[in-house]
Amino acid sequence: MADLTSNLAGIKSPNPFWLASAPPTNSGDQIMRAFEAGWGGAVWKTLGDPIVNVSSRYGGMDYNGTKMAGFNNIELITDRPLEVNFKEMAEVKKRFPNHAVISSLMVETKAEWKEIIKRSVDAGCDGLELNFGCPHGMCERGMGSAVGQEPKVLEEITSWAVEYSSVPVIVKLTPNVSEIVPPGLAAMRGKAHAVSLINTIKSVIGVDLDRMVPLPYVGGKSSNGGYCGPAVKPIALRMVGDLARHPQFNIPISGIGGVSNWRDAAEFILMGATNVQVCTAVMHYGFRIVEDMIEGLSNYMDEKGFKTIDEMVGLASRNFTEWGELDLNFKVVADIDASKCIECQLCYIACWDGAHQCIHLHEHDTRVPYVDQEHCVGCNLCSLVCPVPGCISMKEIDQGKGFMNWKQYQEQLAAQA
Amino acid sequence: MTQNYLENLATERSETAITDYKPRFTDLQAVAEANRCLYCHDAPCIQVCPTEINIPEFIHRIASGNLKGSARTILDSNILGLSCASVCPVEVLCVGSCVYNHMQIKPIEIGRLQRYATEYAYEKGIQFYKKGPDTGKKVALIGAGPASLACAAQLAIMGHNPVIFERHTLPGGLNTTGVAPYKLRADTSLREVAYIQEIGVEIRTGVAVGSDVSFADLEAQYDAIFIGAGLGPDSFLDVPGEDKEGVFGALEVIEALKLTQFPAEKYPNAVVVGGGNTALDVVRELRKLGVPNVTMVYRRGEAQMSGYAHEMAAARQEGVQFQFLALPVEYVGEAHVSAVRCVKMALGEPDASGRRSPEPVAGSEFELPANLVALATGQGKLTELFGKISQLELNRGRVVVNAVGQTSNPKYFAGGDCVNGGKEVVNAAAEGKHAAFGIDAYLKEGN
Ligand SMILES: Cc1cc2nc3c(=O)[nH]c(=O)nc-3n(C[C@H](O)[C@H](O)[C@H](O)COP(=O)(O)OP(=O)(O)OC[C@H]3O[C@@H](n4cnc5c(N)ncnc54)[C@H](O)[C@@H]3O)c2cc1C
Ligand SMILES: Cc1cc2nc3c(=O)[nH]c(=O)nc-3n(C[C@H](O)[C@H](O)[C@H](O)COP(=O)(O)O)c2cc1C
Ligand code: SF4
Repeated sequence: MADLTSNLAGIKSPNPFWLASAPPTNSGDQIMRAFEAGWGGAVWKTLGDPIVNVSSRYGGMDYNGTKMAGFNNIELITDRPLEVNFKEMAEVKKRFPNHAVISSLMVETKAEWKEIIKRSVDAGCDGLELNFGCPHGMCERGMGSAVGQEPKVLEEITSWAVEYSSVPVIVKLTPNVSEIVPPGLAAMRGKAHAVSLINTIKSVIGVDLDRMVPLPYVGGKSSNGGYCGPAVKPIALRMVGDLARHPQFNIPISGIGGVSNWRDAAEFILMGATNVQVCTAVMHYGFRIVEDMIEGLSNYMDEKGFKTIDEMVGLASRNFTEWGELDLNFKVVADIDASKCIECQLCYIACWDGAHQCIHLHEHDTRVPYVDQEHCVGCNLCSLVCPVPGCISMKEIDQGKGFMNWKQYQEQLAAQA
Repeated sequence: MTQNYLENLATERSETAITDYKPRFTDLQAVAEANRCLYCHDAPCIQVCPTEINIPEFIHRIASGNLKGSARTILDSNILGLSCASVCPVEVLCVGSCVYNHMQIKPIEIGRLQRYATEYAYEKGIQFYKKGPDTGKKVALIGAGPASLACAAQLAIMGHNPVIFERHTLPGGLNTTGVAPYKLRADTSLREVAYIQEIGVEIRTGVAVGSDVSFADLEAQYDAIFIGAGLGPDSFLDVPGEDKEGVFGALEVIEALKLTQFPAEKYPNAVVVGGGNTALDVVRELRKLGVPNVTMVYRRGEAQMSGYAHEMAAARQEGVQFQFLALPVEYVGEAHVSAVRCVKMALGEPDASGRRSPEPVAGSEFELPANLVALATGQGKLTELFGKISQLELNRGRVVVNAVGQTSNPKYFAGGDCVNGGKEVVNAAAEGKHAAFGIDAYLKEGN
């Protein structure tokens, strides 16, 4: 059995599955139930000056009958009094000393940071997470993503927190930046012990077609919200990978964004995350999903021969390079297994209208299409639309040409000129 | 004023006690099912539909919430889309060709989705079609069954003036009088007729062409004539005792239970003779009306039955008994039949058609108690009626038509059961619509 214990910058937890700072971590009661269900850690719903929330607050993006492929919210930080939150935090720590409890914080002035960090540490938290990510409401008041988007400000506030804190400090980054590396390096300069990413992405989840108001609907108006859930995973993976592969970046990463099952978690870890945090999937299905996450990840690690999480971290981000480094002579072509084909011809229409016109139909006898492998550019589209697993595979073709990237190609062109 | 035939339909009808066997989907079920559709290219389901409904497109529209567009997609191809949704043998047509069958995954329930979309349009009163600019041409149609209705609707859309003559007091053909009520009831059929009337189709019921009005009169008054008269009455076997009370043709029984109160309680023992889909319909209908002992008697074996396997499986499940390899030789009883005397049969050598023909086994006679006998041994042809039309070529009683539905008498076109010898509603709908284009071309040639 693989060892799932996790250690993020000295913060230990029985497994790498943490609840992200969000409604599932609103209260001590919820967090204790989550720990009982198997979660390894929880980042408390962001604490700060209590706010007032609007109603309604959430919106979902459904796709072909799949509910909440994407999710968004216009909720702010905790709306419960600080003393209640800290009292409950202390209780949770007392009952679950080996689980990670992280205090997520967002305040404005240096004095306020000092004060709230002290109260967090006194409550017994294992670490702090600085919420520099929230893309709605709080940023209009100079907090949240307004900080995350300004590396200088981010660095400064981080250094205050590190100064006041006796527990590790995690900086939660916003994805609402064109490049994630500058804020990541700023967190490092501020001496953060780790970063977590991503927070939610600025978004409008949809429009009410009858009332002509964007969603979620608040008394005839709406506002931009934060996007998350399965649909954001590709964006989060890219950002995690960008930091993980950066030569100067060398603090641990807590991966967040669309993690719904053990596969997603394994992908984040391979892309460089030390652990993962989950929000939307729990809001959708409840704490119980962690059981399969633990079992599935453990089975996967056994199968691949990983004894610890650390052995997995970053194995894929090493292979995450610039486009210009890719081998232009690597070649695959589509190959249809006629015995598996169900004759839906979705590959045909996809290649014909949406790719490179190299899947053809026979005139008679069979509806099974065939690939013109000579002209197939190996784009994958047909294999992606095919509803039958394993029916269309992408076959590697040895062109006998050896490696050549873009730079080498340019050099070759220049030499020929 | 257009006649509303629903007003002529009795409210007390036995068929109303029989529940739908493929009930309409709820909104949730329909969207869930629609979302399963793979939206195939050049989909096999379209190819096997005689009316070539663009099935993936109408299903896609259900998934996106465009129910109006979904219904339009269906009705554009098949104006009888409402009845076809429920009466088509989808198991051997669209659903049977769904690519999911290749994956051993439940195929899409296309018929029920089609019903969902078309019923939506009917309930919302959405009429997609109107009469085209008047061409001044008049077309008479014989019989108000699916073939003529589809033909007439298309003619009206093209601007011609179709008038349907129907012998029966109610229009709709077998959709009204013959199709099993667990698929389609007479009131739904008449609603569909009303939808077609609205487009500008005139219907005159209670008028038998050939007797109440002559072909010569029609030829004089109309620019073209469409024959959609279907098949003839039930055929009998010429067995002693057929004139006894309680011995009926299958269509008589079905029509009685669809349009009136049929006294099923009077008949504890029923025997249905035949091995086709009509026989399977009658046995199921009688069971559903509470007849305790229903036996189907067929002269060949189960493997040789022409009835669909899925209907057979349903009949078996509903408690019908089967007497294969048996042939009635006499209906026994006083004035009223009390039993059917049968002889056992054995299969001989394959005949010209490849089917093994049954031979009676000497001395094997036995009796089955029966106070109701329904003969589902096929419908006759309307040879005598068609004989009254000059130069009309027939082949084994079927009207012969060319590629555009035109008969050997150029003024006459035809489609449906009287041409194809008895297929399905959807074939009649396709052939009727197809003939409308033939008629249109004929009229444009200056006829
Ligand atoms: C018992 C039974 C069950 C069936 N079940 C199904 C089913 O579940 N699904 C399916 O798809 N198909 C079914 N069919 C087949 C289907 O009903 C026919 O294929 C279809 O109705 C043929 O349409 P049509 O317009 O050609 O003929 P019909 O529906 O027979 O209509 C012909 C019309 O012409 C009228 N007519 C005849 N002669 C004259 C005249 N001289 N003057 C005026 N009017 C005249 C008749 O009264 C009738 O109304 C069934 C058939 C039967 C017998
Ligand atoms: C309703 C809601 C409220 C959230 N509130 C907070 C918050 O208070 N502090 C914070 O750091 N992140 C907050 N988040 C962001 C999540 O912690 C997380 O970063 C994001 O949802 C991506 O993860 P997911 O795809 O698993 O949901 C919130 C998200 C949601 C959906
Ligand atoms: S891989 Fe791309 S180009 Fe090649 S056959 Fe498939 S869709 Fe066409």
